[in-house]
Amino acid sequence: MQSQNSTEPRAWVTRHADYLYKYALTRINDEELARDLVQETFLAALERLQKFEGKSTERTWLTAILKNKIIDIYRKKASAFVKEPAVTFAEYETDDFFELDAHNWKTDHRPAEFGIEQPDHLESKEFEFILQRCMRKLPSLWLSAFTMKHLDDETTDTICGDLRISSSNFWVIIHRAKLSLRECLQKNWL
Amino acid sequence: MDELTKIAYNCKKATYLIEKQEIGKISLREKLELKIHLAGCHVCRVFQQQSTAINRMIKNMFHQPVAENIKLDDKFKNELQHLIDKQLEK
Repeated sequence: MQSQNSTEPRAWVTRHADYLYKYALTRINDEELARDLVQETFLAALERLQKFEGKSTERTWLTAILKNKIIDIYRKKASAFVKEPAVTFAEYETDDFFELDAHNWKTDHRPAEFGIEQPDHLESKEFEFILQRCMRKLPSLWLSAFTMKHLDDETTDTICGDLRISSSNFWVIIHRAKLSLRECLQKNWL
Repeated sequence: MDELTKIAYNCKKATYLIEKQEIGKISLREKLELKIHLAGCHVCRVFQQQSTAINRMIKNMFHQPVAENIKLDDKFKNELQHLIDKQLEK
């Protein structure tokens, strides 16, 4: 008796290669790496062919393998970033943005309105271009976390677990990254 | 400084809570602290509006359908096919 979902490795490239490539590329902005990941996914799947039980579709199964490989890459990038012992919010003091005593904004770094404040503001291509350029300056960990959150709707617990970072460390990184990103936008857009 | 005054001036804490609230959860107490701070701090209100806008724009960028035309080139696909065939013959 054949299970509901069967797999035909010889048809994988035709059926799923473009889909998997796109999946990888939207999560890792690197064409070369995305191609490698598709190849590695097929090879890993071939080795595990006996384990395919047909409970999910062929595509879901292959995507799950690819997703794990992407998380591995995120984790490697994250570990380079969080070598030092975990910092908590109270401990992180190196501060370009806030005064040391009262923790209010330093004059030079104070946010000013620059036209994106209202929910119905017009989004332009030029602004998107600046946004992308500013995002490139951020630690990849932030982008990984943000991608997992917004593309796959993962909980922060899952993200921290996958990336193997503590939640306090995670929030500090998110906070710092957003402060930098916002400032970069203000500087380049005004 | 009493607790309330500390909260009123602490923009570092307020922006931290804004970020945490954007993608996670903050406690009831933290919500109250943030509310008190934002009531008196125009700069952090601007920060919050911008932060929300930035998150929305990045999210939109991720979901843009431009990805439709992204495809692997045929040469690479042929190589992949060859690789798979070879592995299956082993």
